[in-house]
Amino acid sequence: MQAAQRLGFLLLVTPLLLWLGLLIIIPHIDMFLVSLRERVGVGEYATSLANYRSFIEEPLYLMTFARTAVMSVMATALTLLIGFPVAYYIAKMARGRVRSALFLLCLVPFWVSELVRTFGWMILLRETGLFSSVLQWAGLADAPVEMLYNDAAIMVGLVYTSMLFMVVPLITTLDSLDDAVIEAGYDLGGSGPSILREIVIPHAMPGIVSGSIVVFMLSLGNYLTPIMLGGKDSLWFTELIYSQFIVRFNWELGAAFGFMLLILSSVIVWGTLRLTGQTLEKTMG
Amino acid sequence: MTQPDLACTHLTKRFGDTTAVDDVSFEVPPGSFFSILGPSGCGKTTIMRMIAGFLAPSDGDIRIKGRSVLDVAPNKRPVNMVFQHLALFPMMNIADNIGYGLRRKGLPKPEITRKVGEVLERIGLPDIGTRKVDELSGGQKQRVAIARCMVLEPDVLLLDEPLGALDLKLREHMKIELKALQAAFDTTFVYITHDQSEALVMSDTVAVMNAGRFEQMGAARDLYYRPETAFVAGFVGDSNRWRGRVESVQSDVLRLRSDSGLALLGSRHGRALSDGTTADIYVRPEAIRLGHSPEDVAHFDNRLSGTVTSLLFNGAASRILMRPIEGGEDIEVALPQSGEFAHLERGSDVHVGWSSDQGNCFAAGSV
Repeated sequence: MQAAQRLGFLLLVTPLLLWLGLLIIIPHIDMFLVSLRERVGVGEYATSLANYRSFIEEPLYLMTFARTAVMSVMATALTLLIGFPVAYYIAKMARGRVRSALFLLCLVPFWVSELVRTFGWMILLRETGLFSSVLQWAGLADAPVEMLYNDAAIMVGLVYTSMLFMVVPLITTLDSLDDAVIEAGYDLGGSGPSILREIVIPHAMPGIVSGSIVVFMLSLGNYLTPIMLGGKDSLWFTELIYSQFIVRFNWELGAAFGFMLLILSSVIVWGTLRLTGQTLEKTMG
Repeated sequence: MTQPDLACTHLTKRFGDTTAVDDVSFEVPPGSFFSILGPSGCGKTTIMRMIAGFLAPSDGDIRIKGRSVLDVAPNKRPVNMVFQHLALFPMMNIADNIGYGLRRKGLPKPEITRKVGEVLERIGLPDIGTRKVDELSGGQKQRVAIARCMVLEPDVLLLDEPLGALDLKLREHMKIELKALQAAFDTTFVYITHDQSEALVMSDTVAVMNAGRFEQMGAARDLYYRPETAFVAGFVGDSNRWRGRVESVQSDVLRLRSDSGLALLGSRHGRALSDGTTADIYVRPEAIRLGHSPEDVAHFDNRLSGTVTSLLFNGAASRILMRPIEGGEDIEVALPQSGEFAHLERGSDVHVGWSSDQGNCFAAGSV
């Protein structure tokens, strides 16, 4: 009996251990070791922090690093700003079929690949694209307008890609807020903004934080959207990692970059949790 | 006459084709405890939500202290509501919960602290200000929910079945406590419930509601002993009911032959019932006297004999079911707990009687 139970437990836990070990822990240990290697000659390596030093000493790397972090934070904030009213409407105001339909609408873009979705935006925004043509037709522009390959285009793409991951946790937490609590707020003299501030947002905090963490990580680690919508000057940090690994075969520096990105996202997520007084269990549970 | 705290005139609410509240008018004098009693779906919650301002009436007027509040938003009305599940704010501690309305009014902080302290004292929970909502027991939450409203000194306090979620023992206790709180705050309470015992115990006036209309409004005692409609007779308290044909009418007393063949005397209390019509007669179990011999019940004008088919022991509210030898279905009779009938068991012969005055008659089919 006990042996059978033990076997069952082992069978259940094995996929998890395999997943953690093979896909997360071992590659990261290996990456870390690679990042500490310095090539001193052909096929000769020495352990040093040279890769991290060159990351700190090269302004372009640091600049791209900081830029990626700031833009990801901005994209997260923007997604929250747009996603919150959407989630509130779906969770609290829409009823029955309208509600399912709206929820489905949030989901529909994810039925096609990210590549196709991003091409969609390129079709809209490019010089000969829809927006440009409409502006010319309306007489607001007298020459084709290029709306691709700038930061705004990257932002649009990031927000669009991340929206679902913000809206879903928000709907879940807002759904669990009893309507009577909101009504009690009005009944006791609260106004719309004060109820939002004192009742709705504190209640939705776990959803806001978990949505923000997911969106932030997705944006930070996104490769396709910044490259395609931002062009060759997009200066996204993942692009640097890619070029070190694939273009320049400098795995050592690429691994160091990868680790810097991991540290950055960990620090920002930890900071956000501390700042909002949430714990990872509460937001992800 | 003093001005009523709350007056509703011809209040009507239609949702599409259905009329949830149909031309209801009532007045609640200051400082009184007014209950609306009705089965679920009778429209009582709709009335409550219209008074609170969450729904706009289709027709009619709501006046609070003489002033119409129809165009006043819910957050500006001088009424507050205790919600069914209390709706305390789980993200705040108790003091912040109670202080919420005061903060919204823009009172200075020291005054809020003083008032919150005072009201916590009033409800007998002076030291719970810093506790969280989920650390309180059901009864404490109840009192906090009332305190949260009362601290704003509303003209009328609305209570939407607030005892529904409590267990029986606590509910009995809270009934008495609510009544005491109402006296202590000296505020008009409007209470809605489907539990007749809550309404009967606490209220000065009870309105029985059915299908969007008030069936009867009056003191608990009147509703119980002098129901004006068959619905009230059936809904408030328990009753034995017979349906039959009216054989003769003499002033207020009428003779009725039940479908099961019993000859019964009842009272029509001024209602229009004539010979040959079909009527229902309602008799309360505790209005029926139980006796060991026919002599015990000889002075009643309704008398039946039969055997006990069932003993329903329920402490002070114990009953027996007896089957009359004259025929018809079982009759529920209150079982006196004075010891006289302690040896009664299934199959015992018993005699029952009641006065015709206790049998309320209504035209059949009026429920």
